[in-house]
Amino acid sequence: MLYAILCYHNEDVVMSWSKEEDDAVLAKRRRVQKELVDKGRMGPAIRLMPTSAATTIRASGSEQLVLDGPFAETKEQLLGFYVVDCDNLDEVVDFAKRMKEGESVTFEIRPMQIFEKGNLTGKETLTL
Amino acid sequence: MTELAWIENALTSARPQAMGALLRYFRDLDRAEEAFQEACLRALKTWPLKGPPRDPAAWLIFVGRNAALDSVRRDRRNTALPPEDRISDLEDAETDIAERLDDAHYRDDILRLMFVCCHPDLPATQQVALALRVVSGLSVREVASAFLVNERAMEQRITRAKRRVAEANIPFAAPDAVERSARLGAVATMIYLVFNEGYSASGGDETVRASLCDEAIRLCRLLLRLFPAEPEIMGLLALMLLQHARSPARTDPEGKAVLLEDQDRTLWKRANIDEGLALVDKALRHRQPGAYQVQAAIAALHSRARTAADTDWEEIDLLYQMLEHLTPSPVITLNRSVAVSKTKGPEAALKLIAPLADRLSGYFYFHGVRGAYLSEIGRMAEAREAFNRAIALARTPAEASHIREHLDRLSQRVSAD
Repeated sequence: MLYAILCYHNEDVVMSWSKEEDDAVLAKRRRVQKELVDKGRMGPAIRLMPTSAATTIRASGSEQLVLDGPFAETKEQLLGFYVVDCDNLDEVVDFAKRMKEGESVTFEIRPMQIFEKGNLTGKETLTL
Repeated sequence: MTELAWIENALTSARPQAMGALLRYFRDLDRAEEAFQEACLRALKTWPLKGPPRDPAAWLIFVGRNAALDSVRRDRRNTALPPEDRISDLEDAETDIAERLDDAHYRDDILRLMFVCCHPDLPATQQVALALRVVSGLSVREVASAFLVNERAMEQRITRAKRRVAEANIPFAAPDAVERSARLGAVATMIYLVFNEGYSASGGDETVRASLCDEAIRLCRLLLRLFPAEPEIMGLLALMLLQHARSPARTDPEGKAVLLEDQDRTLWKRANIDEGLALVDKALRHRQPGAYQVQAAIAALHSRARTAADTDWEEIDLLYQMLEHLTPSPVITLNRSVAVSKTKGPEAALKLIAPLADRLSGYFYFHGVRGAYLSEIGRMAEAREAFNRAIALARTPAEASHIREHLDRLSQRVSAD
């Protein structure tokens, strides 16, 4: 089963991390990810740009409004997500818990389906 | 990350909002700072035991305000308020205050906090120093080292700046739309000053200076989150991100400045560039051009060019013309001349800058650029004279040594002829 692990955190706090702190967190997570990587079950990790770069389109009556900013103003923001292939919820919960060890981030696990594969080729995904 | 590091990050990121609210309560920078300081000390004691509060800024405002009131009451030998270690449990109290801090309210709080640092009587360096101390929470020592002055001198400078601000009587009522937009403009300028203080290599500790750029970017992100539909704030953030992206390539291993066209573009920070480009894109949709957006668009063109030779100088020339129109200044015309020299040649560039000679006679960069154009068309004696004047005006050894290289190349060419 494919799962998305959505990462929620206060982006102000994450933005105040130094590069060293940021690198340390990612390195720690990567060590856990390696188990899945070795089994060929680790999907992409997506980092979303800050919500200040977000644009939201909403319907207002019959009009489509294009608004600056994220969908909702919340104390914690969706900052990115991982895609993993795990056998069951127990496995992904265990994986996510170990990945978040020592962090105050919140992970939301959402089982997912590939709806359509799309046709991105290597070029676009290189910069991820 | 250690617990202490996490708490420090939470305190740093909560600071503008908490300080902004405390300033509104106390209407005095020093009292607001003392209250915030006290709240931080209590947070360091309480949070490791009780865990972090749901809303650190609301907690700090609540505790900071009570601590300040508490000390007044203690002075009057009255009963103290309940100890703050219970506040983490006082979910109701916290929710209550968090609700009162609705978005619009704290938006103006933070804007006001930044705006008090932009008093027009304060010279640019004092605005920057005050913002770094008050909004960002850098210690006086850190601010002093960024400016290459000793701690006592900086302490005095900040105290004087605070006095000015207090005398200015900035109104504490919520600003109307016109006032809000004026404040936003002043704050944007101040943030860009912070950035440039870090970006222009006029001395000081290099890591401190780089952190000023990061800090300016952080403040601008915060401002944009509060005012998400302001294209000029998007432009400013994009401009700083795109410029800062080049920092790993701006100096060589010996610490010498590397010109844009000679930089190793693979060293540029991709994440910054992507975010900057996304913001330029977003801003342009508003069709309200402004100086920051145009400068960001110029920076974006440089970022998009894989090599210096791929640079779209025609478009850059057009953007500089737009900038000249928006904010006329001889320095902008001088910058435009670089694009002109690439598209129409050095003669055309020289012609463009000739009328600027009087106004820019004391400007290092003017003579450097002029010298380069002159040497390109073989007017060696004049080029040498221009470079010599540039060296005399250089503010840093890096600037001077850069021009000296031009002179060396010039003498090699002359002797080869």
